[in-house]
Amino acid sequence: MTDARWSEPAPTRRWSWTDPALRSAVIQIALAIALIWMAWSFFANAQANLARQGIASGFGFLDNSAGFGITQTLIPYSESMSYGRAFLVGLLNTLLVAALGIVLATIIGFLVGVARLSKNVVIKALASAYVEVTRNLPPLFQILFWYLAVLSTMPSPRQSWSFGLQPMFNAFAGWASGIGLTPLSDMLAALAGDVSAPGVFINNRGLVVPRPVFEADFSIIFWIFVAGIAAAFLLARWARRRQERTGQQFPSFWAGLALVAVPPTIAGFLLGWPLSFETPVLRGFNFVGGIRVIPEFVALLVALAIYTAGFIAEIVRAGILAVSKGQTEAAYSLGLRSGPTLRLVVIPQAMRVIVPPLTSQYLNLTKNSTLGVAVGYPDLFAIFAGTTLNQTGQAIEIIALTMAVYLVISILTSALMGWYNKRVALVER
Amino acid sequence: MTTAQNPVSYVAPTDLLKPEPAPVSDRGAYGWARAHLFGSVGQVLLTLFGILVVLAVVPPMVRFFITDAVFIGTNREACLPETVGRPVGACWPFIAAKWNQILYGFYPADERWRVNVVYGLGVVLLIPLLIPRAPYKRTNALAFFGIYPLISFVLLTGGDLDMRSFVLGWIGLDFGVTASANGLRLTFWLQFLVVTLLAMASGMALAPVFGGERRAVALGILKAFAVVGIVMLAMDFDFGLPQVETRQWGGLLVTLVIAVTGIVASLPLGILLALGRRSELPLVKYSSIIFIEFWRGVPLITVLFFATYMLPLFLPGRFTIDGLLRALVGVALFASAYMAEVVRGGLQAIPKGQYEGAMAVGLRSGLMMRLVILPQALKLVIPGIVNNFIGLFKDTTLVLIVSIFDLLGILRASFTDPAWATPTTLFTGFGFAGLVYFVFCYGMSRYSMALERRLDRNQRH
Repeated sequence: MTDARWSEPAPTRRWSWTDPALRSAVIQIALAIALIWMAWSFFANAQANLARQGIASGFGFLDNSAGFGITQTLIPYSESMSYGRAFLVGLLNTLLVAALGIVLATIIGFLVGVARLSKNVVIKALASAYVEVTRNLPPLFQILFWYLAVLSTMPSPRQSWSFGLQPMFNAFAGWASGIGLTPLSDMLAALAGDVSAPGVFINNRGLVVPRPVFEADFSIIFWIFVAGIAAAFLLARWARRRQERTGQQFPSFWAGLALVAVPPTIAGFLLGWPLSFETPVLRGFNFVGGIRVIPEFVALLVALAIYTAGFIAEIVRAGILAVSKGQTEAAYSLGLRSGPTLRLVVIPQAMRVIVPPLTSQYLNLTKNSTLGVAVGYPDLFAIFAGTTLNQTGQAIEIIALTMAVYLVISILTSALMGWYNKRVALVER
Repeated sequence: MTTAQNPVSYVAPTDLLKPEPAPVSDRGAYGWARAHLFGSVGQVLLTLFGILVVLAVVPPMVRFFITDAVFIGTNREACLPETVGRPVGACWPFIAAKWNQILYGFYPADERWRVNVVYGLGVVLLIPLLIPRAPYKRTNALAFFGIYPLISFVLLTGGDLDMRSFVLGWIGLDFGVTASANGLRLTFWLQFLVVTLLAMASGMALAPVFGGERRAVALGILKAFAVVGIVMLAMDFDFGLPQVETRQWGGLLVTLVIAVTGIVASLPLGILLALGRRSELPLVKYSSIIFIEFWRGVPLITVLFFATYMLPLFLPGRFTIDGLLRALVGVALFASAYMAEVVRGGLQAIPKGQYEGAMAVGLRSGLMMRLVILPQALKLVIPGIVNNFIGLFKDTTLVLIVSIFDLLGILRASFTDPAWATPTTLFTGFGFAGLVYFVFCYGMSRYSMALERRLDRNQRH
């Protein structure tokens, strides 16, 4: 016996704006049409404009000869090589300044961040002043300042400021042989070379440092060094496992350091130090030999590191403050001294808070490295979106490619970040 | 056991012992200094190091910028050590000589009052907006974000845009009239009128399909067109102000125009993108995510190059865009992506109960956002918006790479002025520019912190 109400035919669906499924379909179709229309009109306009200006599109230009020189090249490059090669040179220059900048900024940032939490009021005030000044001045201002106001006012090559690593090494070698440590003295003398002139020069054309010259046997030392690192890594793993199993600790840090440092030193001693330095020599108005670090690079690196370090310091401070005081007190009450407390309890928890914003600062630094174009540092942007764009006029391809490179760097970093976050995330019940 | 002679074994003294004062080494100035300056050998070394750094930095700065500085003069001679007869610090007459360029760029001298009015009006409108207790926030915000940009636009450019065709003209329908008065062309306004009426008619026709009331829809469309019409009227009308090309703008004017336009334009765009990112419609959600992550993933300078070299290629040939406007478009797109993330943070901070409550009282999603969620979320993100503004203010310096002379660009250009070539011109310029940027950015960051504390307090009740 069925109730008449239940057997009524379902009402036919009516066209109604209040139906969420229908509404979402309509909105999305409208958006899709708008996006497609926009893309199509951009494409059509670009084609028409390019045809009018007589510019051929496509990436064929990458094979053409670039015809311009680059002041800093990490891989062999000459004017006759292609734009593609120039792109690669620029990319490597970007990665170089970003990588070194990240290392420097991290070191300064952690030091300043910890200093801001110091009990010592002088240090604390200095660290606060550093953070406020560096964060509130535009990065481009800082780059121009270092380039125009600091590095350009350095003396000319003839009056260079010079620092001697070699005289220092030689002096140490003399001291070592004086007290009978002949092997050490031999090593230092070999490192120093036989020139007692200074090896590092700073002038308005940049920084000149000795160039290491590797002889054939050096590869042996290098591989011993690599093997040492691997052994130290395995040792640390074994020590951790053993501690988890038995509770016994093993000084894996010092043992690892010995594994990395001692065998290459012995090998170097046996092989007679197959490493020497080619020292730069002033000839005429400039230096010959050695490695010249261009002032544009120094200005960009220093400015980026100092600017980003201000932000990193704040992140570090916030991270350390985020670890509750109870954690420290609990560690003390378990009998841990302040060193292990910091190393085993506070820092691992602080890192969880620090790492995500730290990564975005690393990305910012990488993106800010494009500002090197203002002082002429040949990074990817300056070489490609600057010089190459001027020469070829291929605006769409070049800017799209440049943006794509930075986008890929960002996405890769974010992906890495996501993986790390998942690894260190608090495991909750 | 108590005995008769001694019924009570122990009575606590009624007066407690006085607390002992803390040891001398822990109190007073000495105690403080011991805790904060020289508690241990390491502390002493740190303190000495800090004092050395301060001594190395502060006295030379004071000497350079104040004691040794030259304050009066009309040319480079006044700042040369040979004429002054002592080591010379900062050359402040250089800044005084470049003062007009720093404030106005190459804006014509007779028209500078217009820039002054814009500066003054901006200050008058902004200050009450920044004071949390000041009344009429809504009106004030409307004036600052809606009317002020329009007035500034007319004053700074001179208005009188000479608008020729509106929608219909693009398809060749211009009614064949050529009459014009006060910079307004009859054909343009006829076209505008016809389009308005057409839009109202189609709105009335389609209203029932979308569940709306014919009258209300038509009125809404009329209102929207009226606003657009008034804005265009102001831009099109000939107020008799001479035109000033944006190439003549510069200095602080350009810095502020870019930063303020970036924030004002990015706010609505950022809100839309943030809502889009939280939408349940996959196409809306993913296109918002792609847009946001794209602009956040590339450096601003590539965005400026995109806007300068690539955007003109994407637009129909008849549009020629002014150089500054291109930069503004780039900055607005870039800033809106960052703004979207800030607003999203605010939206996520609103408890779910607010959404559910709004739905329970029968609000549709648009009304729920407008009346319940956004007012709360936007209030939460004001500090974030101010921080975005600080970032944008610093980022405006980048326009000097696309040959627009902002504050830093003007100063950098004047370093090469032979009339002021002195050994300290460069340092004076950097010192001054640094001071301006620092004062702006530091002031805003302090403000944002104070606001954050205030919001925090309000949240806790």
